[in-house]
Amino acid sequence: MHKLLLLGDEAIAQGAIDAGLSGVYAYPGTPSTEITEYIQGSKLARERNIHSKWSANEKTAMETALGMSYAGKRAMTCMKHVGLNVAADAFINAAITGVNGGLVVVVADDPSMHSSQNEQDSRVYGKFAMISILEPHNQQEAYDMAYHAFELSEKHALPVMIRLTTRLAHSRAGVIRKPLLDQNNSSLPKDPTQFVLLPAFARRNYKHLLSTRPDLEQVSTESPYNWMIDGHDKSLGIVACGITYNYLMENFKDRELNHPVLKLSQYPMPRSIINQLINECDEILVLEDGYPVIEELLKGYQEAGTPIHGRLDGTLPRDGELNPNIVASAFNLPVEEGFPVPDLVKSRPPAMCKGCGHIDAYKALNIALEEYGPGRVFADIGCYTLGALPPYNAINSCVDMGASITMAKGATDAGLNPSVAVIGDSTFTHSGMTGLLDAVSEKTPITVIISDNFTTGMTGGQDSQALGHLESIIQGIGVEPEHIRVFKPTSANLDEMVEIMREELKYQGVSVIIPRRQCIQTLRNKSLVHKVKELGL
Amino acid sequence: MKSDIVLAGVGGQGILSIAATLGMAAVENHLYLKQAEVHGMSQRGGDVQSHLRLSSEPVASDLIPKGKADIILSVEPMESLRYLPFLSRKGWLVTNITPFENIPEYPDMEKVMAEIEKLPHHIAIDADQIASEVGNRRASNIVMLGAASPFIDIPYDALEEGIRKIFSRKGEGVVEVNLKALRAGRQAAEESLAHMN
Repeated sequence: MHKLLLLGDEAIAQGAIDAGLSGVYAYPGTPSTEITEYIQGSKLARERNIHSKWSANEKTAMETALGMSYAGKRAMTCMKHVGLNVAADAFINAAITGVNGGLVVVVADDPSMHSSQNEQDSRVYGKFAMISILEPHNQQEAYDMAYHAFELSEKHALPVMIRLTTRLAHSRAGVIRKPLLDQNNSSLPKDPTQFVLLPAFARRNYKHLLSTRPDLEQVSTESPYNWMIDGHDKSLGIVACGITYNYLMENFKDRELNHPVLKLSQYPMPRSIINQLINECDEILVLEDGYPVIEELLKGYQEAGTPIHGRLDGTLPRDGELNPNIVASAFNLPVEEGFPVPDLVKSRPPAMCKGCGHIDAYKALNIALEEYGPGRVFADIGCYTLGALPPYNAINSCVDMGASITMAKGATDAGLNPSVAVIGDSTFTHSGMTGLLDAVSEKTPITVIISDNFTTGMTGGQDSQALGHLESIIQGIGVEPEHIRVFKPTSANLDEMVEIMREELKYQGVSVIIPRRQCIQTLRNKSLVHKVKELGL
Repeated sequence: MKSDIVLAGVGGQGILSIAATLGMAAVENHLYLKQAEVHGMSQRGGDVQSHLRLSSEPVASDLIPKGKADIILSVEPMESLRYLPFLSRKGWLVTNITPFENIPEYPDMEKVMAEIEKLPHHIAIDADQIASEVGNRRASNIVMLGAASPFIDIPYDALEEGIRKIFSRKGEGVVEVNLKALRAGRQAAEESLAHMN
């Protein structure tokens, strides 16, 4: 049969399209971005009129998807792990409301922090919300899970989480498709109070959610994604979650694996299968890519009974992504290193592109701030975070989407005046606007630099919701028009930029400075170039 | 049959096009394939790598274990050395010798070449020069694919077919240049091999 060559992300996208998806809602975030991009680029998705435009942030995405589910259609929302923090309020409560049309929440975690500020494990969130979690071990399973997840969601009237990690999200393999399903017709929820979380209704819904626990566990027990491989050597039983199953099997390709193995890819944990494994085996090894979620559950607080090995007892490292070699070391298998890396190999960190507008903005800012001394620039999430590295050394914080403006306000409240925020256009509309309102409400003297490049750059140049609206949003929030300063950041403009920054740093109120120049990576995007011209930017 | 290949380079040098071409050729030849690549932050001028695994049997891990790679295929000389712990003792290092210098302390090229030449099996060619000669310096990545092709158990015409498919939407001219680049890279590797013998 013909196979498609798909990334794990793309396999999920294709699975959802084939399952009768009506809309995907997402904000770009590595390693989840390619799910939505695949649907945006899919001819079939266009023909089926599947919604795929980017949302302003993960919370608006989650809520919009929930609204589509309310109206009876199958909806999906995709994000990186830290995006789920932004969407958490909607996510947890979507389990209380339950769903009408199938609702699938895809979260791509980033153990080892390849492109992230932490390596939190979304299975903790899934457990917190008390919903089913699917964790594919390969691309075909990612496709199959996305294809079947909507049905599972509709059967139990609950959202379903698909959790994957960077390695699978960004790895390609052959995938076989299933028959294309029709989209749902619109329909209202049978109970008009289902989505009304007034305390009286919410208590009822919560009791219902609790009552689904045995059912969801039963589904995990019967899940085609969880399977046992028996082994005669019961001195050790192995639980391999998601992609770690691949690393285990890689090590036993040419060797006998005599221990029983539970391949675990659907949660809540299938208790009866786990109990059987624990009863049969002297000790248990848990392999999981992320936090020791299952290991901790099995170990419990009393640490009595069967010894449990994994990330908590040092059998595996406590942090970072697993790989075949780390798993080999848990079995004391030899690792044959090839050749040593010569000392002359230097690290080559990522850097802002030659000719990038952020560079010119930082050069000017560093000069303008000389008279005040260091330690007062609060930055945000985007390419401009690379301003933390030499030769710029221009920023002092990067915490979460939008935190630049609010942290600058807090520091100013504490007497660090002037404090400066540096944020991109897309991050500003994601989570910067409300913080700016806080500063305007109190006329806090902060200087906000919105380095506007008309795109969401770091994730590969997706649309920015700020395009064409930036000044009107800022004015609408209440920043005085004379303290909204726009210019083109180039080396020729350096003196002018420094002068403007100096003026606004002195102003004892809210200033917004907008260095504005198109991201050079997007100059080949003809429709964006055209739109920028049309808007007169 | 199995070929485990570490592709190495700097963000923007086109290692993903090499991976896509090989992937296409592998799927057409009914081989199993896994190919792990790097997206996101590192793509901005940082070091990038991709693990490409081709096999007549199903592939378990998306990542190649240390010491198991049959080939390191690098489009940049210093980057070719970064992943040496993955190279099998019997494996081949196939690298471009034109450096991409975007860091302040890029090592002395003579020393880089000396390290490459220490390896028992290596092919080092000037892919940028060869690509310029066939008509487009930007095809140096496909020159390198050609140079590695004698060590990969996929028919040469399947690679040509892969190039036609991957580059077709960029126009016939781009396809032709890349086909020439593939051929020239293979010739350069064959000449190096003949010279060794």
